[in-house]
Amino acid sequence: MCIRPDRSTRPYPSVKINETGLQHIQSMLNVHRDICGYCGCCVSVCPEGALELIDAYLSVEENCTSCGICAKVCPLGALEVVHEK
Amino acid sequence: MKSKYDVLVIGGGPAGALAAKTAVEKGLSACLVEKRPAIGAPVRCAEGIGKEALAEFIDPDPRWISAEMTGAGIVAPDGFEMTLESSMAGGKVGYILDRKVFDRVLVWQAADAGADVFVKTRASAPVIQEGRIKGAQLESCGNVTKVMADVVIAADGVESKFGKWCGIDTTVPVREIMSSVQYVMTDIDINPDATIFYLGNEVAPEGYLWVFPKGKRAANVGIGISGRKSGKGHRAKDYLDRFTKQKFPHGKTIECIVGGVSVCRPLECTVADHLMLVGDAARVVDPLTGGGIYNAMYTGKLAAEVAADCIAKGDLSKKALMAYDREWRASKMGKGIERNYLIKEYLIKQPDEKLNAIIHSVSKLDLKEFSTLTLIKELLKANPKLLIELGALAASIR
Repeated sequence: MCIRPDRSTRPYPSVKINETGLQHIQSMLNVHRDICGYCGCCVSVCPEGALELIDAYLSVEENCTSCGICAKVCPLGALEVVHEK
Repeated sequence: MKSKYDVLVIGGGPAGALAAKTAVEKGLSACLVEKRPAIGAPVRCAEGIGKEALAEFIDPDPRWISAEMTGAGIVAPDGFEMTLESSMAGGKVGYILDRKVFDRVLVWQAADAGADVFVKTRASAPVIQEGRIKGAQLESCGNVTKVMADVVIAADGVESKFGKWCGIDTTVPVREIMSSVQYVMTDIDINPDATIFYLGNEVAPEGYLWVFPKGKRAANVGIGISGRKSGKGHRAKDYLDRFTKQKFPHGKTIECIVGGVSVCRPLECTVADHLMLVGDAARVVDPLTGGGIYNAMYTGKLAAEVAADCIAKGDLSKKALMAYDREWRASKMGKGIERNYLIKEYLIKQPDEKLNAIIHSVSKLDLKEFSTLTLIKELLKANPKLLIELGALAASIR
């Protein structure tokens, strides 16, 4: 119930900390803003409540787990989970 | 904006508008906030509603009626079309609305009745004090304020977050979200008096495609497919583009809208202490048709009526507000949702051949009462074997 920071423009990475203490970005959710239709379909299926439709942009919050459910249901294909090593 | 209201309504769609209007008519103070800069846009709706259903809430007005319907058609996966007509003389059975104007008129009515209305104003968190919901934090053009209320009515639509912030799980299962796209198309050859529904796994897997007339040569052409059938290369837009290219190659698209429609069962509980959820936020969309305008207006109005009773009694606990939850579940709407949910669950499991057979069994129906229930009853008459397959559900249909 806290106030969440604005994550509208950046993808939010799922972060894992390895043995050396360095952060390794495993995967992140990318919002292709030029494709997104700002409809909120993705928001309704997010099991973490990590997405929010703020007027005319989609925000991705810290608790996103990059599960990809939102990317699957998007009517336009505006969401993409990007995996990085 | 005052700092305290009896009722704070989040969302300016039909549910929120009816909630705010009803609240002030009951003598309460009410504030409605809408995060978008304009009421009614983007539309995110196929805009169809039954004539009688609409009449419960508002007198028809040409300002927000795009077209009047006298019938419907259902196109089987193999292309065969069955037609449904009203047996009543000159029977206008439904409307295709212009939601941009309709929603605006509803909110306007709420404002005229005495509700405060704020657009481009978003509820960003509940205000919780002493362990209970006391209002909401609102953000508007960079300003953050807190507004207190005895009860918050969350009418924040399919993308509802307010309930979630208050501990109510509103997540829609992937298979029960209809991933949807709609074009407003002009210059197309259509029957301007009938809504047409296309079924089939090739056309719209676990959903349907619709052509809802908006004029002589214009229509909402849209599709909803199950979230589990959606993915790269086979999204709602891919299916719709394939259809429109083939069916309306020379049509012009003057608007493109996307959206999600929940076809799950309603929330297990639509109230909490000092909180009520209405409309799409409560997941009270008809799971068979995807229609939600009537259900939104019904739950919005009922929520405000119950809120007024509870405020008069000075008890806004979950237990007291449950009167709302119980009443809509026991209503014709609530029972219809449960029945149509079961019918939907049956239909989406049927292969195309079976859908073909069911639709071929009747080529033309004159319906006394133009409703999905009457249609299902007629289809059952023509396909008695379905009664066995439907099992216990059949009893609730007869």
